[in-house]
This record gives sequence, structure tokens and C-alpha cells, in this order.
Amino acid sequence: MINKVAASPEAALADIPDGATIMIGGFGNAGMPAALIDALIAQGARDLTVVNNNAGNADAGLAALIGAKRVRKILCSFPRQADSWHFDKLYRAGEIELELVPQGTLAERIRAAGAGIGAFFTPTAHGTKLAEGKETRRIAERDYVLEYPIHADYALIKADRADRWGNLAYRMTARNFAPIMAAAARCSVVQVREIVELGAIDPEVVVTPGIFVKRVVKVAAALRKAA
Amino acid sequence: MKKLDRNQMAARVARDIPEGAYVNLGIGLPTLVADFLPKGREIILHSENGVLGVGPKPAPGQEDEDLINAGKEPVTLLAGGSYFHHADSFAMIRGRHLDFAVLGAFQVSAAGDLANWHTGGADAIPAVGGAMDLAVGAKKVLVMMEHLTKKGESKIVERCTYPLTGARCVDRIYTDLAVIDVKPDGLHVVETVEGLSFDELQRLSGVPLKRLASAA
Repeated sequence: MINKVAASPEAALADIPDGATIMIGGFGNAGMPAALIDALIAQGARDLTVVNNNAGNADAGLAALIGAKRVRKILCSFPRQADSWHFDKLYRAGEIELELVPQGTLAERIRAAGAGIGAFFTPTAHGTKLAEGKETRRIAERDYVLEYPIHADYALIKADRADRWGNLAYRMTARNFAPIMAAAARCSVVQVREIVELGAIDPEVVVTPGIFVKRVVKVAAALRKAA
Repeated sequence: MKKLDRNQMAARVARDIPEGAYVNLGIGLPTLVADFLPKGREIILHSENGVLGVGPKPAPGQEDEDLINAGKEPVTLLAGGSYFHHADSFAMIRGRHLDFAVLGAFQVSAAGDLANWHTGGADAIPAVGGAMDLAVGAKKVLVMMEHLTKKGESKIVERCTYPLTGARCVDRIYTDLAVIDVKPDGLHVVETVEGLSFDELQRLSGVPLKRLASAA
């Protein structure tokens, strides 16, 4: 019997080694797998490369992981925010490496990894600082920049519902990076509000089919509040 | 002359968004445009975090942390709206499906180059978000900005001194003084605010402007 349900966030993340590349879902607080990030902090792996849209907000979640100096490098599109003080401090001290990637290029590089694409040409960032040193090509009168996929060892994501095969349904804009990260990582771990019987998620509304998912953990929903 | 305030600028941009348009409003000043879209026109707002059909702000107490816009503010969803993941969201942008992107700017050049993501300062932490995708992807890129910096320098320049977001991507500039079209042969003034002559606008602007027959 296939059963991807892990007993706890701790059990689901026990094998993450030092030096791993980890994708973390979420855009701001929407879709941020807070319980998994807390478990990763407790687990102790260090020297991590993290892929997320941002570089942490305030003092919880990704910001706490960065603040604990566990992240060697971050790939993101928008690190600087009013409350990104943990990242800002380490970046200014030269203690964290930043690869700044335009948001759509970040998404497509993640998608490409999961889809088995070797590289792709995108018009985004052509003629800007973020394309310096990159291969370019003119195709049908338009200029493009060559970009490579981003693969990961683990993806930590959040969904609303899962079944034991790992089929996932999301809630509103909390979906954001989760489906593409699930496909791009060798081992994707999903925090969900509810685990349901096989067939209880209408196959027409399954967004991430279980083939992209390795482990599922139920986490009691926190009280919903504004982001 | 009567400079437009931020709300008046937003209302001016909103007037030009037609029925049926798919539109992305950038963070900051452009977000205000949503409040002034003419009632009775069906206009579908896209937010790059993965939603089409963004509705107004929720009533106090009705916010849902799973439903936010690209500025991470709580929003609502209109009937007919939809959710999708980030790669699809940027396929809509990069794939030329969006009719308009309205973006803020530090500078726009005479050729329509846009600089809006980074001051380039040594101590500045760079952050780009979806700006470069919107700049190359939307069918029309509308820029909304004050005409002059706080020091009184023109933000419309011969060449951008700040790092570019996109080259030759801006179609129209809305400032607190004028509406200006970017065309292959230069910048065409579409209109100026009440009490501002073309010559005075030209004196305040960093680059040669062309006069449209209908402009003051």
C-alpha cells in the first residue's frame, strides 16, 4: 500500500543533509509551510541553499532560518522588504550569498527543472544588469537570454488537502510556487491542513498529482489572519 | 499650473483602460488605479502571485491570509476570478496575454527604456520581483510617475542613469504634469495639466518633446 503520510514534520525532514538545496514555497505568508520550516530549524541542517521568492519576513519562518545563519545562499526575486532585517544584516556583512532572479524567470527555471528542460531562452532581463555575462540570442526579431533550470534536493511546500498518494489541492493564492517546486525537487514534502481518503479530492480539482510528492504531513491549521 | 495629485494621476490612467482589458497594476502608485476604474466597464486585474479577477479590499475582519496580491495586501476575488501557479502567472505576462501593465518608475528614457527596480547604490539591496517580466511581456506598458524628482530634476531623461528594468519597453508615460506617448521618432505630448504650456513642460523635461496637434 502506498502511504506518503509522515508522522510529523520532524520525521518528514529527518534525512536533510548539510549543504542541501531546498525550495520553500510561499509568497509572503500565503502558502508558507511554517511548520516544516520550524522543523527544519530544529533539525539542524546547515550550509543550505534556499530557493524562495523572498528572503524572509519579520522573525518567523524563513527569516528565522536565515537569522540562525543556516543559509549559505539564497535564490530569490525580491529580498528587500520593510521587515527583511535578518537577511539585510547578513547580506551587508557578506555572510549570505544572493542570486537575484526576476520573478518569472525564477518560476520558469523551477518549472523547467521539473519538466526535464535543459535550458530556455526568455526575453526577460535582456539588456539589463541581471543578464550580464549570460548567453543571448536574437530569435524572430526579439532578444532573449539563456536561463538554466533550478533543481533542488527538497521542496517544502504547503497545500490545503492531500490524500495518502500525495495528490494535492490548494487554497486561493497560497498555491503560488508549490506545484512547480513539488515537481522540481527530488523529495517534496508537503504540509497540509487535512488528509482525506483516496478519491475524496475530485480528480478534476487535483492541482498537483501525487507523482510529484514524496511526503505529506498534517499540521493543525493556525487561526487565519491577514498577511 | 495644477499638478495632479496621486489620486488624480490614478484616475487619469484609469480613464484609458478599456472594457475587457486584462491589466496588471504594479506595487505602489499604480495600485491606486484600481480605485478609479470606471464603473460599468468589466476590467480584469491580474496579480502576479497567481490570481485573475482581483476585487476590492476586504471589509475589516474579512481578510484571508491565503488571498493576497503581489504587494502582499489582502484582496478579494470577483465572481469569475481564478487562481493559478507562478509559472502560469508569468506565462500570462511573458506570453503577451496581458493587455496593460501599469508600472512606477525612477526614470524613463526618450527611447522608452525603463528604470524602476534598483538605485544601483553601493549599500542598496537589489530586489526586482516581476518588474522585468512585466516590462517585456505586457502588450502595453504604461508608466506612472511624478514628472520631477524631489530635487526638481526631470525623470524623463535622454539615457537612464539607474540600472534598466527593460529596454525600449514603455508605451506611454503618465506624470503629474502630462501624458506622453513614446514613439519610434520620440516623445509626443498627448496632453498637459491645466495652466501648463507645452513650452513650460519642455523647459521642465530633460529631453526634446514633440507637440501633438491637439496638445496645448
